[in-house]
Amino acid sequence: MEKERRDFMGLGLGVFTAVGGIGALYAMKRTWDPLPSVKAAGFTTIDLAGAKDNELTVEKWRGKPIFVLKKAADMKKDPRDIVINNEHYHVSVGLCTHLGCIPAYKKDDHKFLCACHGGEFDVSGRQIFGPPPSPLVIPPFKIDGTKLVLGEEGPEFKKMKDAGLIA
Amino acid sequence: MAHFDENAKPFGNKWLDERIGLNTLTRVLQTEYWIPKDINFLWAMGMVLAATFGVLLLSGIFLLMYYKPDANLAFDSVNYTIMTEVGYGWLWRHVHGVGASIVFLIIYIHMFTGIYYGSYKRGRELIWLSGMALFVAFSAEAFSGYMLPWGQMSYWAGMVITNLFSLGSIEAYGLVEWIRGDYVPGDAYLTRFFMLHVLLIPLVIIGLIVLHFGTLRLPHVNNQEGEDFDYKEAADLYKAGKVKESKVIPFSPVFLSKDIFVMGVYFILFFYLVFYNFEFAMDPVNFDPADGLKTPAHIYPEWYFLWSYEILRPFNKDIGLIAFGVAQAALFFLPFIDRSPVVAPAHKRKLFNIWFWALVVIMIALTALGKLPPEGIYNDLGLFFAVAFLCMGPLLVWITIKEKNEMKGA
Repeated sequence: MEKERRDFMGLGLGVFTAVGGIGALYAMKRTWDPLPSVKAAGFTTIDLAGAKDNELTVEKWRGKPIFVLKKAADMKKDPRDIVINNEHYHVSVGLCTHLGCIPAYKKDDHKFLCACHGGEFDVSGRQIFGPPPSPLVIPPFKIDGTKLVLGEEGPEFKKMKDAGLIA
Repeated sequence: MAHFDENAKPFGNKWLDERIGLNTLTRVLQTEYWIPKDINFLWAMGMVLAATFGVLLLSGIFLLMYYKPDANLAFDSVNYTIMTEVGYGWLWRHVHGVGASIVFLIIYIHMFTGIYYGSYKRGRELIWLSGMALFVAFSAEAFSGYMLPWGQMSYWAGMVITNLFSLGSIEAYGLVEWIRGDYVPGDAYLTRFFMLHVLLIPLVIIGLIVLHFGTLRLPHVNNQEGEDFDYKEAADLYKAGKVKESKVIPFSPVFLSKDIFVMGVYFILFFYLVFYNFEFAMDPVNFDPADGLKTPAHIYPEWYFLWSYEILRPFNKDIGLIAFGVAQAALFFLPFIDRSPVVAPAHKRKLFNIWFWALVVIMIALTALGKLPPEGIYNDLGLFFAVAFLCMGPLLVWITIKEKNEMKGA
Protein backbone atom coordinates (compact mmCIF):
# COMPACT_ATOMS: atom_id res chain seq x y z
CA MET A 1 0.00 0.00 0.00
CA GLU A 2 2.78 2.36 1.10
CA LYS A 3 4.73 1.61 -2.08
CA GLU A 4 1.77 2.32 -4.33
CA ARG A 5 1.22 5.62 -2.60
CA ARG A 6 4.86 6.61 -3.10
CA ASP A 7 4.77 5.52 -6.73
CA PHE A 8 1.67 7.64 -7.28
CA MET A 9 3.29 10.66 -5.64
CA GLY A 10 6.43 10.12 -7.71
CA LEU A 11 4.38 9.91 -10.88
CA GLY A 12 2.36 12.99 -9.94
CA LEU A 13 5.52 14.99 -9.25
CA GLY A 14 7.11 13.72 -12.47
CA VAL A 15 4.16 14.70 -14.66
CA PHE A 16 3.78 18.06 -12.95
CA THR A 17 7.45 19.00 -13.38
CA ALA A 18 7.53 17.62 -16.93
CA VAL A 19 4.63 19.91 -17.93
CA GLY A 20 6.41 22.85 -16.33
CA GLY A 21 9.65 21.87 -18.01
CA ILE A 22 8.06 21.66 -21.45
CA GLY A 23 6.43 25.05 -20.87
CA ALA A 24 9.78 26.55 -19.92
CA LEU A 25 11.45 25.04 -23.00
CA TYR A 26 8.74 26.53 -25.21
CA ALA A 27 9.26 29.95 -23.61
CA MET A 28 13.02 29.62 -24.21
CA LYS A 29 12.48 28.65 -27.84
CA ARG A 30 10.19 31.65 -28.37
CA THR A 31 12.71 33.99 -26.76
CA TRP A 32 15.27 32.92 -29.37
CA ASP A 33 12.81 33.57 -32.25
CA PRO A 34 13.40 36.61 -34.50
CA LEU A 35 11.48 39.61 -33.12
CA PRO A 36 8.27 40.75 -34.86
CA SER A 37 9.95 44.07 -35.66
CA VAL A 38 12.75 42.20 -37.44
CA LYS A 39 10.25 40.15 -39.44
CA ALA A 40 8.10 43.16 -40.32
CA ALA A 41 10.91 45.20 -41.87
CA GLY A 42 10.67 43.13 -45.02
CA PHE A 43 9.93 45.37 -48.06
CA THR A 44 12.38 47.34 -50.18
CA THR A 45 11.80 49.14 -53.48
CA ILE A 46 14.63 49.42 -55.97
CA ASP A 47 14.67 51.28 -59.29
CA LEU A 48 16.16 49.49 -62.28
CA ALA A 49 16.05 52.52 -64.60
CA GLY A 50 19.58 53.60 -63.76
CA ALA A 51 21.20 50.16 -64.26
CA LYS A 52 24.05 49.99 -66.79
CA ASP A 53 25.03 47.03 -68.98
CA ASN A 54 27.29 44.45 -67.30
CA GLU A 55 27.68 46.60 -64.20
CA LEU A 56 26.70 45.02 -60.90
CA THR A 57 24.87 47.12 -58.33
CA VAL A 58 24.21 45.81 -54.85
CA GLU A 59 21.07 46.75 -52.95
CA LYS A 60 20.03 45.73 -49.45
CA TRP A 61 16.93 43.77 -48.48
CA ARG A 62 16.35 42.18 -45.03
CA GLY A 63 20.01 42.84 -44.27
CA LYS A 64 21.06 40.77 -47.25
CA PRO A 65 22.83 42.05 -50.35
CA ILE A 66 20.74 41.98 -53.55
CA PHE A 67 22.58 41.67 -56.86
CA VAL A 68 21.18 43.67 -59.77
CA LEU A 69 22.91 43.05 -63.09
CA LYS A 70 21.62 44.44 -66.37
CA LYS A 71 22.63 42.06 -69.12
CA ALA A 72 24.41 43.42 -72.18
CA ALA A 73 23.31 42.18 -75.62
CA ASP A 74 26.13 39.60 -75.79
CA MET A 75 25.32 38.03 -72.43
CA LYS A 76 23.39 34.79 -72.18
CA LYS A 77 19.64 35.19 -71.60
CA ASP A 78 17.92 32.91 -69.11
CA PRO A 79 14.35 32.12 -67.96
CA ARG A 80 15.49 33.38 -64.54
CA ASP A 81 15.93 36.89 -65.92
CA ILE A 82 13.53 39.63 -64.97
CA VAL A 83 12.44 41.28 -68.22
CA ILE A 84 11.31 44.91 -68.20
CA ASN A 85 10.84 46.79 -71.52
CA ASN A 86 12.75 44.01 -73.31
CA GLU A 87 15.80 44.56 -71.11
CA HIS A 88 17.05 41.49 -69.23
CA TYR A 89 18.06 41.84 -65.60
CA HIS A 90 19.54 39.29 -63.25
CA VAL A 91 18.31 39.97 -59.69
CA SER A 92 19.28 37.63 -56.86
CA VAL A 93 20.17 37.42 -53.18
CA GLY A 94 23.93 37.97 -53.30
CA LEU A 95 24.82 35.18 -50.90
CA CYS A 96 26.56 32.04 -52.06
CA THR A 97 24.20 29.07 -51.68
CA HIS A 98 27.03 27.08 -50.14
CA LEU A 99 27.56 28.90 -46.86
CA GLY A 100 26.46 32.48 -47.42
CA CYS A 101 29.52 34.54 -48.43
CA ILE A 102 29.03 37.30 -51.01
CA PRO A 103 30.46 36.25 -54.36
CA ALA A 104 32.41 38.91 -56.26
CA TYR A 105 31.40 39.78 -59.83
CA LYS A 106 34.15 39.26 -62.40
CA LYS A 107 33.09 41.71 -65.07
CA ASP A 108 35.35 40.43 -67.86
CA ASP A 109 34.68 36.73 -67.27
CA HIS A 110 30.92 37.27 -66.86
CA LYS A 111 30.76 35.22 -63.68
CA PHE A 112 30.45 35.42 -59.90
CA LEU A 113 33.29 33.98 -57.85
CA CYS A 114 32.96 33.16 -54.14
CA ALA A 115 36.24 33.55 -52.29
CA CYS A 116 35.23 31.41 -49.32
CA HIS A 117 35.17 27.97 -50.88
CA GLY A 118 35.75 28.66 -54.57
CA GLY A 119 32.16 28.42 -55.84
CA GLU A 120 31.29 30.04 -59.19
CA PHE A 121 28.02 31.22 -60.76
CA ASP A 122 27.26 32.45 -64.28
CA VAL A 123 25.50 35.77 -65.06
CA SER A 124 22.12 34.13 -64.50
CA GLY A 125 23.18 32.99 -61.03
CA ARG A 126 23.47 29.35 -62.02
CA GLN A 127 26.23 27.42 -60.24
CA ILE A 128 28.96 26.36 -62.62
CA PHE A 129 31.82 25.25 -60.37
CA GLY A 130 32.63 24.22 -56.78
CA PRO A 131 30.50 23.35 -53.77
CA PRO A 132 27.33 25.50 -54.25
CA PRO A 133 24.39 23.07 -54.53
CA SER A 134 21.91 25.45 -56.18
CA PRO A 135 21.68 28.75 -58.10
CA LEU A 136 21.67 32.14 -56.38
CA VAL A 137 18.21 32.64 -54.88
CA ILE A 138 15.78 35.04 -56.56
CA PRO A 139 14.02 37.11 -53.89
CA PRO A 140 10.24 37.59 -53.99
CA PHE A 141 9.59 40.60 -56.26
CA LYS A 142 6.78 42.58 -57.86
CA ILE A 143 7.35 44.65 -60.98
CA ASP A 144 6.04 48.19 -60.72
CA GLY A 145 6.97 50.18 -63.86
CA THR A 146 10.77 50.22 -63.84
CA LYS A 147 10.73 49.60 -60.11
CA LEU A 148 10.97 46.35 -58.23
CA VAL A 149 9.30 45.78 -54.85
CA LEU A 150 11.28 43.14 -52.96
CA GLY A 151 9.46 41.02 -50.38
CA GLU A 152 6.18 40.94 -52.34
CA GLU A 153 5.28 38.09 -54.69
CA GLY A 154 4.14 39.53 -58.06
CA PRO A 155 2.74 37.45 -60.96
CA GLU A 156 6.16 37.22 -62.67
CA PHE A 157 7.74 35.88 -59.50
CA LYS A 158 4.93 33.38 -59.00
CA LYS A 159 5.42 32.15 -62.55
CA MET A 160 9.15 31.59 -61.88
CA LYS A 161 8.35 29.91 -58.59
CA ASP A 162 5.89 27.52 -60.23
CA ALA A 163 8.51 26.69 -62.85
CA GLY A 164 10.98 25.91 -60.05
CA LEU A 165 13.40 28.60 -61.15
CA ILE A 166 13.88 30.76 -58.08
CA ALA A 167 16.66 28.70 -56.48
CA MET B 1 25.93 12.52 16.31
CA ALA B 2 28.97 14.37 15.23
CA HIS B 3 31.29 15.56 17.89
CA PHE B 4 32.40 19.15 17.93
CA ASP B 5 35.25 20.21 20.17
CA GLU B 6 34.07 23.26 22.13
CA ASN B 7 37.62 24.42 22.60
CA ALA B 8 38.77 24.17 18.97
CA LYS B 9 40.18 27.47 17.74
CA PRO B 10 37.75 29.03 15.20
CA PHE B 11 39.01 28.55 11.64
CA GLY B 12 41.89 26.48 12.95
CA ASN B 13 42.76 23.11 11.40
CA LYS B 14 40.72 21.05 13.87
CA TRP B 15 37.76 23.42 13.77
CA LEU B 16 37.64 23.26 9.95
CA ASP B 17 38.21 19.50 9.86
CA GLU B 18 35.20 18.92 12.08
CA ARG B 19 33.03 21.13 9.88
CA ILE B 20 34.12 20.44 6.25
CA GLY B 21 36.43 17.43 6.55
CA LEU B 22 39.48 19.48 5.67
CA ASN B 23 42.03 16.74 6.39
CA THR B 24 40.14 14.18 4.32
CA LEU B 25 39.88 16.64 1.43
CA THR B 26 43.58 17.46 1.60
CA ARG B 27 44.46 13.78 1.67
CA VAL B 28 42.17 12.71 -1.19
CA LEU B 29 42.87 15.66 -3.49
CA GLN B 30 46.47 16.48 -2.66
CA THR B 31 48.84 14.66 -0.35
CA GLU B 32 47.59 11.14 -1.16
CA TYR B 33 46.56 11.69 -4.76
CA TRP B 34 49.43 9.75 -6.32
CA ILE B 35 51.12 10.72 -9.55
CA PRO B 36 53.62 8.34 -11.19
CA LYS B 37 57.24 9.47 -11.33
CA ASP B 38 57.85 8.17 -14.84
CA ILE B 39 56.40 11.15 -16.70
CA ASN B 40 57.77 14.15 -18.57
CA PHE B 41 56.90 17.81 -19.11
CA LEU B 42 53.97 16.87 -21.36
CA TRP B 43 52.14 15.75 -18.22
CA ALA B 44 52.10 19.36 -17.06
CA MET B 45 49.84 20.51 -19.93
CA GLY B 46 46.67 19.89 -17.93
CA MET B 47 47.61 22.37 -15.25
CA VAL B 48 48.99 24.75 -17.91
CA LEU B 49 45.53 24.66 -19.48
CA ALA B 50 43.82 25.26 -16.15
CA ALA B 51 46.09 28.25 -15.54
CA THR B 52 45.45 29.62 -19.05
CA PHE B 53 41.71 29.29 -18.47
CA GLY B 54 42.20 31.29 -15.27
CA VAL B 55 44.05 34.01 -17.18
CA LEU B 56 41.28 34.12 -19.81
CA LEU B 57 38.65 34.41 -17.08
CA LEU B 58 40.49 37.22 -15.34
CA SER B 59 41.20 39.24 -18.50
CA GLY B 60 37.61 38.61 -19.63
CA ILE B 61 36.21 40.09 -16.43
CA PHE B 62 38.06 43.35 -17.08
CA LEU B 63 37.05 43.47 -20.76
CA LEU B 64 33.45 42.95 -19.68
CA MET B 65 33.50 46.26 -17.79
CA TYR B 66 33.68 48.38 -20.96
CA TYR B 67 32.46 46.07 -23.71
CA LYS B 68 29.02 46.97 -25.15
CA PRO B 69 27.02 44.09 -26.67
CA ASP B 70 25.21 46.20 -29.26
CA ALA B 71 25.68 45.97 -33.04
CA ASN B 72 26.16 49.76 -33.23
CA LEU B 73 28.46 50.14 -30.25
CA ALA B 74 30.43 46.90 -29.98
CA PHE B 75 33.15 47.67 -32.52
CA ASP B 76 34.01 51.06 -31.01
CA SER B 77 33.75 49.84 -27.44
CA VAL B 78 36.54 47.36 -28.23
CA ASN B 79 38.69 49.22 -30.71
CA TYR B 80 38.27 52.72 -29.37
CA THR B 81 37.23 52.63 -25.69
CA ILE B 82 39.08 49.54 -24.47
CA MET B 83 42.11 49.93 -26.71
CA THR B 84 42.76 53.65 -26.38
CA GLU B 85 40.88 55.07 -23.40
CA VAL B 86 40.70 52.46 -20.65
CA GLY B 87 43.90 52.34 -18.60
CA TYR B 88 45.69 49.10 -19.55
CA GLY B 89 42.61 48.06 -21.55
CA TRP B 90 44.98 46.96 -24.34
CA LEU B 91 46.63 44.58 -21.88
CA TRP B 92 43.41 42.69 -21.13
CA ARG B 93 42.52 42.53 -24.79
CA HIS B 94 45.90 41.23 -25.89
CA VAL B 95 46.04 38.75 -23.01
CA HIS B 96 42.53 37.57 -23.93
CA GLY B 97 43.27 37.31 -27.66
CA VAL B 98 46.65 35.64 -27.29
CA GLY B 99 45.27 33.37 -24.55
CA ALA B 100 42.37 32.25 -26.75
CA SER B 101 44.80 31.28 -29.49
CA ILE B 102 47.49 29.67 -27.33
CA VAL B 103 44.99 27.70 -25.27
CA PHE B 104 44.21 25.71 -28.44
CA LEU B 105 47.90 25.03 -29.07
CA ILE B 106 48.15 23.54 -25.57
CA ILE B 107 44.86 21.66 -26.02
CA TYR B 108 46.21 20.04 -29.19
CA ILE B 109 49.51 19.13 -27.46
CA HIS B 110 47.51 17.73 -24.52
CA MET B 111 45.29 15.68 -26.87
CA PHE B 112 48.12 14.32 -28.97
CA THR B 113 50.07 13.43 -25.82
CA GLY B 114 47.06 11.36 -24.78
CA ILE B 115 46.89 9.67 -28.17
CA TYR B 116 50.65 9.03 -28.30
CA TYR B 117 50.75 7.28 -24.93
CA GLY B 118 47.39 5.50 -25.29
CA SER B 119 46.04 7.35 -22.26
CA TYR B 120 42.41 6.83 -23.22
CA LYS B 121 42.22 3.11 -22.50
CA ARG B 122 42.12 0.80 -19.48
CA GLY B 123 39.77 2.79 -17.24
CA ARG B 124 40.66 6.16 -18.74
CA GLU B 125 37.83 6.32 -21.32
CA LEU B 126 35.90 8.94 -19.37
CA ILE B 127 38.99 11.14 -19.13
CA TRP B 128 39.15 11.18 -22.92
CA LEU B 129 35.41 11.76 -23.36
CA SER B 130 35.21 14.60 -20.84
CA GLY B 131 38.35 16.07 -22.43
CA MET B 132 36.75 15.97 -25.87
CA ALA B 133 33.63 17.61 -24.42
CA LEU B 134 35.94 20.34 -23.11
CA PHE B 135 37.44 20.71 -26.58
CA VAL B 136 33.96 21.25 -28.02
CA ALA B 137 33.05 23.71 -25.26
CA PHE B 138 36.29 25.64 -25.77
CA SER B 139 35.60 25.73 -29.53
CA ALA B 140 32.12 27.16 -28.90
CA GLU B 141 33.63 29.65 -26.45
CA ALA B 142 36.25 30.72 -28.99
CA PHE B 143 33.67 31.12 -31.74
CA SER B 144 31.20 33.10 -29.63
CA GLY B 145 34.02 35.32 -28.38
CA TYR B 146 35.19 35.92 -31.94
CA MET B 147 31.78 37.50 -32.68
CA LEU B 148 32.05 40.15 -30.01
CA PRO B 149 34.37 42.80 -31.59
CA TRP B 150 31.81 42.85 -34.46
CA GLY B 151 34.42 43.33 -37.19
CA GLN B 152 34.27 41.96 -40.72
CA MET B 153 35.68 38.55 -39.73
CA SER B 154 33.28 38.34 -36.79
CA TYR B 155 30.30 38.98 -39.05
CA TRP B 156 31.31 36.68 -41.90
CA ALA B 157 32.53 33.87 -39.67
CA GLY B 158 29.15 34.14 -37.95
CA MET B 159 27.37 34.04 -41.30
CA VAL B 160 29.24 30.97 -42.54
CA ILE B 161 29.15 28.97 -39.30
CA THR B 162 25.45 29.57 -38.62
CA ASN B 163 24.72 28.59 -42.23
CA LEU B 164 26.16 25.15 -41.47
CA PHE B 165 22.92 24.59 -39.53
CA SER B 166 20.90 24.76 -42.75
CA LEU B 167 22.16 21.16 -43.01
CA GLY B 168 22.80 21.16 -46.76
CA SER B 169 19.96 19.93 -48.93
CA ILE B 170 17.64 19.84 -45.93
CA GLU B 171 17.64 23.66 -46.30
CA ALA B 172 16.69 24.31 -42.69
CA TYR B 173 16.90 28.09 -43.11
CA GLY B 174 14.19 28.47 -40.46
CA LEU B 175 16.62 26.91 -37.98
CA VAL B 176 19.42 29.23 -39.13
CA GLU B 177 17.18 32.30 -38.71
CA TRP B 178 16.09 31.01 -35.32
CA ILE B 179 19.69 30.65 -34.17
CA ARG B 180 20.46 34.18 -35.42
CA GLY B 181 17.20 35.77 -34.33
CA ASP B 182 17.31 37.58 -37.68
CA TYR B 183 17.69 36.93 -41.40
CA VAL B 184 21.38 37.78 -41.10
CA PRO B 185 23.67 38.16 -38.08
CA GLY B 186 22.45 41.35 -36.38
CA ASP B 187 21.86 42.86 -32.99
CA ALA B 188 19.83 39.95 -31.59
CA TYR B 189 22.56 37.61 -32.80
CA LEU B 190 25.35 39.60 -31.15
CA THR B 191 23.63 39.84 -27.77
CA ARG B 192 22.80 36.15 -27.60
CA PHE B 193 26.34 35.14 -28.47
CA PHE B 194 27.53 37.61 -25.85
CA MET B 195 25.38 35.79 -23.30
CA LEU B 196 26.78 32.43 -24.41
CA HIS B 197 30.35 33.70 -24.28
CA VAL B 198 30.28 35.33 -20.86
CA LEU B 199 27.89 33.08 -18.97
CA LEU B 200 26.48 29.85 -20.30
CA ILE B 201 29.54 28.33 -21.99
CA PRO B 202 31.98 29.33 -19.20
CA LEU B 203 29.64 27.65 -16.69
CA VAL B 204 29.65 24.50 -18.82
CA ILE B 205 33.45 24.66 -19.12
CA ILE B 206 33.92 24.98 -15.35
CA GLY B 207 31.58 22.03 -14.78
CA LEU B 208 33.43 19.95 -17.36
CA ILE B 209 36.82 20.80 -15.84
CA VAL B 210 35.60 19.49 -12.49
CA LEU B 211 34.31 16.34 -14.22
CA HIS B 212 37.59 15.96 -16.15
CA PHE B 213 39.59 16.11 -12.90
CA GLY B 214 37.13 13.73 -11.29
CA THR B 215 37.51 11.11 -14.02
CA LEU B 216 41.27 11.21 -13.47
CA ARG B 217 41.28 10.52 -9.75
CA LEU B 218 40.58 6.76 -9.71
CA PRO B 219 42.39 5.50 -12.86
CA HIS B 220 45.31 7.91 -12.18
CA VAL B 221 47.32 9.54 -14.94
CA ASN B 222 49.16 7.29 -17.38
CA ASN B 223 52.97 7.13 -17.37
CA GLN B 224 55.65 7.12 -20.07
CA GLU B 225 55.70 3.33 -20.43
CA GLY B 226 51.99 2.71 -19.90
CA GLU B 227 53.03 0.61 -16.88
CA ASP B 228 50.17 -0.75 -14.80
CA PHE B 229 51.63 -0.96 -11.29
CA ASP B 230 50.15 -1.34 -7.82
CA TYR B 231 49.42 2.18 -6.61
CA LYS B 232 48.74 1.05 -3.07
CA GLU B 233 52.09 -0.65 -2.77
CA ALA B 234 53.89 2.35 -4.28
CA ALA B 235 51.98 4.74 -2.02
CA ASP B 236 52.83 2.70 1.11
CA LEU B 237 56.52 2.83 0.18
CA TYR B 238 56.31 6.61 -0.20
CA LYS B 239 54.47 7.03 3.10
CA ALA B 240 57.02 4.78 4.84
CA GLY B 241 59.67 7.31 3.85
CA LYS B 242 61.12 5.24 1.00
CA VAL B 243 60.58 8.12 -1.38
CA LYS B 244 63.35 7.02 -3.75
CA GLU B 245 62.13 3.44 -4.11
CA SER B 246 58.49 4.41 -4.61
CA LYS B 247 57.11 4.81 -8.12
CA VAL B 248 54.83 7.68 -7.11
CA ILE B 249 54.81 11.19 -5.74
CA PRO B 250 51.90 13.10 -4.20
CA PHE B 251 50.03 15.51 -6.47
CA SER B 252 50.56 18.34 -4.02
CA PRO B 253 53.04 19.68 -3.16
CA VAL B 254 55.53 17.54 -5.14
CA PHE B 255 53.99 17.13 -8.61
CA LEU B 256 52.43 20.59 -8.47
CA SER B 257 55.82 22.20 -7.93
CA LYS B 258 57.04 20.56 -11.15
CA ASP B 259 53.87 21.80 -12.86
CA ILE B 260 54.56 25.28 -11.64
CA PHE B 261 58.06 25.15 -13.07
CA VAL B 262 56.64 24.22 -16.51
CA MET B 263 54.00 26.93 -16.09
CA GLY B 264 56.78 29.41 -15.39
CA VAL B 265 58.52 28.59 -18.67
CA TYR B 266 55.16 28.65 -20.46
CA PHE B 267 54.13 32.04 -19.10
CA ILE B 268 57.44 33.59 -20.15
CA LEU B 269 56.58 32.57 -23.72
CA PHE B 270 52.96 33.61 -23.19
CA PHE B 271 53.74 37.13 -22.04
CA TYR B 272 56.46 37.50 -24.65
CA LEU B 273 53.68 36.96 -27.20
CA VAL B 274 51.28 39.28 -25.37
CA PHE B 275 53.74 42.15 -25.26
CA TYR B 276 55.81 41.76 -28.41
CA ASN B 277 54.05 39.48 -30.87
CA PHE B 278 50.30 39.69 -30.33
CA GLU B 279 49.48 40.40 -34.01
CA PHE B 280 49.11 36.72 -34.86
CA ALA B 281 45.98 36.63 -32.69
CA MET B 282 44.52 39.85 -34.15
CA ASP B 283 43.28 39.37 -37.69
CA PRO B 284 43.74 42.71 -39.53
CA VAL B 285 40.46 42.16 -41.44
CA ASN B 286 38.60 42.24 -38.13
CA PHE B 287 39.67 45.86 -37.65
CA ASP B 288 37.09 46.82 -40.30
CA PRO B 289 33.59 47.14 -38.82
CA ALA B 290 31.05 44.44 -39.75
CA ASP B 291 29.47 45.10 -43.15
CA GLY B 292 26.73 42.80 -44.41
CA LEU B 293 27.18 44.03 -47.97
CA LYS B 294 30.87 43.28 -48.35
CA THR B 295 32.55 39.89 -47.93
CA PRO B 296 36.30 40.10 -47.28
CA ALA B 297 38.40 38.74 -50.14
CA HIS B 298 39.43 35.66 -48.18
CA ILE B 299 37.53 34.21 -45.28
CA TYR B 300 39.32 31.76 -43.08
CA PRO B 301 38.94 30.90 -39.42
CA GLU B 302 41.62 31.21 -36.75
CA TRP B 303 44.41 28.67 -37.15
CA TYR B 304 42.94 26.16 -34.67
CA PHE B 305 39.81 25.60 -36.79
CA LEU B 306 41.59 25.45 -40.15
CA TRP B 307 41.90 21.67 -40.34
CA SER B 308 38.18 21.05 -39.91
CA TYR B 309 37.33 23.98 -42.20
CA GLU B 310 39.54 22.48 -44.89
CA ILE B 311 37.54 19.23 -44.70
CA LEU B 312 34.42 21.21 -45.73
CA ARG B 313 36.01 22.77 -48.76
CA PRO B 314 36.89 20.18 -51.39
CA PHE B 315 33.48 18.47 -51.47
CA ASN B 316 30.04 19.58 -52.63
CA LYS B 317 27.81 20.99 -49.91
CA ASP B 318 26.17 17.82 -48.60
CA ILE B 319 29.20 15.54 -48.67
CA GLY B 320 31.30 18.38 -47.25
CA LEU B 321 28.93 18.73 -44.32
CA ILE B 322 28.87 15.00 -43.68
CA ALA B 323 32.68 14.81 -43.86
CA PHE B 324 32.89 17.79 -41.51
CA GLY B 325 30.45 16.17 -39.06
CA VAL B 326 32.31 12.86 -39.13
CA ALA B 327 35.64 14.66 -38.58
CA GLN B 328 34.25 16.53 -35.56
CA ALA B 329 32.76 13.43 -33.97
CA ALA B 330 35.41 10.86 -34.89
CA LEU B 331 37.95 11.76 -32.21
CA PHE B 332 35.32 11.26 -29.50
CA PHE B 333 35.18 7.58 -30.32
CA LEU B 334 38.92 7.00 -30.13
CA PRO B 335 38.75 4.75 -27.01
CA PHE B 336 36.29 2.53 -28.86
CA ILE B 337 37.91 2.65 -32.30
CA ASP B 338 41.23 1.52 -30.81
CA ARG B 339 40.59 -2.21 -30.36
CA SER B 340 44.00 -3.06 -28.94
CA PRO B 341 44.44 -3.45 -25.16
CA VAL B 342 48.06 -2.25 -25.42
CA VAL B 343 48.78 0.87 -23.40
CA ALA B 344 52.25 1.93 -24.49
CA PRO B 345 53.91 4.91 -26.13
CA ALA B 346 53.51 4.97 -29.92
CA HIS B 347 57.22 4.44 -30.58
CA LYS B 348 56.85 0.93 -29.12
CA ARG B 349 53.84 0.05 -31.25
CA LYS B 350 55.12 -0.28 -34.85
CA LEU B 351 52.03 0.31 -37.05
CA PHE B 352 50.35 2.55 -34.50
CA ASN B 353 53.46 4.74 -34.50
CA ILE B 354 53.15 5.23 -38.26
CA TRP B 355 49.43 5.90 -37.86
CA PHE B 356 50.05 8.50 -35.15
CA TRP B 357 52.62 10.47 -37.15
CA ALA B 358 50.49 10.21 -40.30
CA LEU B 359 47.63 11.77 -38.31
CA VAL B 360 49.90 14.61 -37.17
CA VAL B 361 51.09 15.22 -40.75
CA ILE B 362 47.52 15.16 -42.12
CA MET B 363 46.27 17.62 -39.49
CA ILE B 364 49.17 20.00 -40.16
CA ALA B 365 48.67 19.71 -43.94
CA LEU B 366 44.93 20.41 -43.60
CA THR B 367 45.72 23.39 -41.35
CA ALA B 368 48.17 24.83 -43.89
CA LEU B 369 45.80 24.24 -46.84
CA GLY B 370 42.92 25.85 -44.96
CA LYS B 371 44.83 29.12 -44.97
CA LEU B 372 45.67 28.98 -48.71
CA PRO B 373 43.16 30.23 -51.30
CA PRO B 374 40.89 27.50 -52.77
CA GLU B 375 42.52 27.43 -56.21
CA GLY B 376 44.28 24.98 -58.52
CA ILE B 377 46.59 22.44 -56.90
CA TYR B 378 45.44 23.44 -53.39
CA ASN B 379 41.98 22.07 -54.18
CA ASP B 380 43.45 18.70 -55.16
CA LEU B 381 45.74 18.55 -52.15
CA GLY B 382 42.83 19.56 -49.92
CA LEU B 383 40.73 16.71 -51.29
CA PHE B 384 43.60 14.24 -50.86
CA PHE B 385 44.25 15.12 -47.21
CA ALA B 386 40.54 15.36 -46.34
CA VAL B 387 39.98 11.85 -47.70
CA ALA B 388 43.16 10.67 -45.96
CA PHE B 389 41.85 12.06 -42.66
CA LEU B 390 38.54 10.24 -43.06
CA CYS B 391 40.40 6.97 -43.76
CA MET B 392 42.38 7.21 -40.52
CA GLY B 393 39.50 5.89 -38.38
CA PRO B 394 38.91 2.61 -40.26
CA LEU B 395 42.69 2.26 -40.56
CA LEU B 396 43.08 2.45 -36.78
CA VAL B 397 40.44 -0.25 -36.30
CA TRP B 398 42.40 -2.54 -38.64
CA ILE B 399 45.80 -1.73 -37.07
CA THR B 400 44.63 -2.27 -33.51
CA ILE B 401 42.76 -5.50 -34.29
CA LYS B 402 45.96 -6.76 -35.91
CA GLU B 403 47.95 -5.72 -32.83
CA LYS B 404 45.48 -7.50 -30.56
CA ASN B 405 45.70 -10.71 -32.60
CA GLU B 406 49.51 -10.58 -32.61
CA MET B 407 49.45 -10.32 -28.83
CA LYS B 408 47.25 -13.39 -28.58
CA GLY B 409 49.54 -15.28 -30.94
CA ALA B 410 52.71 -14.37 -29.04
